[in-house]
Amino acid sequence: MISVRKLIKRFGPKTVLRGLNFEVARGEFVGLLGPNGAGKTTFLRVLSSLSSPTLGEVRISGFQLPGQAAAVRRRLGVVLHQPLLYGDLTAEENLRFYGRMYGVADLEARISAVLELVGLSKRRRDLVRTFSRGMQQRLSIGRAVIHQPDVLLFDEPYTGLDQDAAAMLDDVLRQIAAQGHTIVMTSHDLARIADLASRFDVISRGVIAASAPREAVESRGLLAFYREAIRNGK
Amino acid sequence: MPPKPQALKILDIVTLILFLIAVWMVFFYAPLEAVMGQVQRVFYFHVAAGWVGFLGFLLAAIFGGIYLRTGDLKWDRRSLAGVELGLVFSFINIVSGSIWARPIWNTWWTWDPRLVTATIMELVYAAYLMLRQGIENPVRRARFGAVYAILGFVSVPISFLSIRIWRTIHPVVIGSGDPEAVGGFNMTPTMKVVFFFSLFVFTVLFFDLLWNRIRLGEFQHKIEQLKMKVMM
Amino acid sequence: MESKPVDALNPAKIPAAAAPGRPVASYFRTLGAIVWKDLAAELRSRELLSAMLVFALLVILIFNFALQLDARTRASVTSGVLWVTFIFAGTLGLNRSMAIEKDRGCLDGLLLAPVDRSAIYFGKTIGNLIFMFIIEAIVLPVYSLLYNVNLFNPGLLIVIVLGSVGYVVVGTLLSAMAVQTRTRDVLLPILLFPLVIPVILTAVKASSGFLQAVEMTEIWPSLNLLIAYDVIFIALAFMFFDYVVEE
Repeated sequence: MISVRKLIKRFGPKTVLRGLNFEVARGEFVGLLGPNGAGKTTFLRVLSSLSSPTLGEVRISGFQLPGQAAAVRRRLGVVLHQPLLYGDLTAEENLRFYGRMYGVADLEARISAVLELVGLSKRRRDLVRTFSRGMQQRLSIGRAVIHQPDVLLFDEPYTGLDQDAAAMLDDVLRQIAAQGHTIVMTSHDLARIADLASRFDVISRGVIAASAPREAVESRGLLAFYREAIRNGK
Repeated sequence: MPPKPQALKILDIVTLILFLIAVWMVFFYAPLEAVMGQVQRVFYFHVAAGWVGFLGFLLAAIFGGIYLRTGDLKWDRRSLAGVELGLVFSFINIVSGSIWARPIWNTWWTWDPRLVTATIMELVYAAYLMLRQGIENPVRRARFGAVYAILGFVSVPISFLSIRIWRTIHPVVIGSGDPEAVGGFNMTPTMKVVFFFSLFVFTVLFFDLLWNRIRLGEFQHKIEQLKMKVMM
Repeated sequence: MESKPVDALNPAKIPAAAAPGRPVASYFRTLGAIVWKDLAAELRSRELLSAMLVFALLVILIFNFALQLDARTRASVTSGVLWVTFIFAGTLGLNRSMAIEKDRGCLDGLLLAPVDRSAIYFGKTIGNLIFMFIIEAIVLPVYSLLYNVNLFNPGLLIVIVLGSVGYVVVGTLLSAMAVQTRTRDVLLPILLFPLVIPVILTAVKASSGFLQAVEMTEIWPSLNLLIAYDVIFIALAFMFFDYVVEE
């Protein structure tokens, strides 16, 4: 599903990603960990097609970035720090807008289905401006899945959520994962992601320092795995 | 750091010599103009500076375009050099125009289309510098700079035409405002020689300064790179 | 939260995302979606329009006192006053329109969609143009009433359309740049005004021409230049928008 080879990303003189390699098979749920400044967000932005690679190959669902960006975007759902929602529109209007942008068929039915999935059916006619951060995050996920993407990318989705909101987010993510979406999620919150992901990768200094499936990590514990990867990466 | 190329050193000296000759020619070789007197000598520098200012902006736009095509930041550095020199020479053009106007037409400013266009051009490129100042990311700064340099350059001739149209209903109250037109003065052959020589010398001066400025830019860039390495 | 069998969302069970359809149709669908979104949001909050409108009326009022217009001089400066008003109020609209996209990261949302970048640009430009037309449609009658001048002149209206197009086309592109800098709001007028001087000059001249019922032969040069400006800059904006939003 996702194939990254020798990805290099430079911003002028600064090199953030240094020949990164990354493979994800269909249906995997990858937890992407790493310290600040390691390149997590940059990597996610390259995968999401918002940032173009300086060198190297990035393929998603068989299509290459940046050349076949439109085809990639159609198959990609992205949830970032910011909700990417319009405060002055209602929940359903936001979904309708994005649905149109992605050319979603049977739009009204999809909007209802998506609102149901993220538990916001009762608030469909409310302005997003009135939503709490947790609700905006859930609606943002709705926005990201409305066009039935193959791959989902999440950048620190739990930031700023209280316990209840985080628990609701857990539910939604579990449902989505159960449906076979391919997911890559960055997170600082090891406890949460330990339960969700099927595989853990650690980014350090612009490359993947370690990668291991859930079973291999479980005995040691995620924190130990993470610490060791960072140490080895230095 | 590589030492100054031999060619550039020679160019520096040649430029200096040519410039001194030009100054001598303007003050001693060129005849005294009958109507305007000594102040008319400003004209030789005024037009030459104007031409070179325009050249600076033209090169800035071209280099900007090349940067957008290639993504090689060295073209952005060259584009910036072009803008800076263009600003300086355009400024000389505007100020010398003002100095010339004052004794002749008793006004500090004539709404001559060329002068006004030069001022607009100056403002465009001042805005260019302000745009660059507000951006941290070097790639974005280069991209935005290139786009604006090209947009600015394209708008200038259109501005010139629009001012010409505007002027037909807003004639300048005092004087002709068109320093070179019929009724300004006619150039004798000697004057023509000095005029074209002056144009030539300013062009040489421009390229000498441009080359030096680009070199400076490359040094600045190298220093930034070294700083990055040390900080990593 | 009850978990329902949401097969409808299961990617394995449904063929790939809705086919894009004929490219031209989807281009216009995108344009329409963006314009509709801007209009709908503005209708709710009315922030942008009310700011532009109040500002425009204030500018006209200030001109009245600053220039001490008597009935005779008014006739000759009407075009100038109108255009200055439109230019200044327009800046507010342009700034605000882009700031909305930037502030909640919505620009990323637009860029993530599988649409041509130029569609995003034209969508925003058309939205901005509509806002400008709305303001102009209110200011013209108000000015007419206040100063007892008849502004319902078809020639004038054409000039206003052409001039607004030129202004908004360049303004939208530059606001996309300005919004990504530190100095944001302050920078847009500085970048924009030198480039739109041809628009102002020709629009004022042509407007005056129509209002004072001057011969068409005298008005044509201005109109032609204005149209040329519009065409050239629409083409340039189309070429450059990618560079302004890509990372």
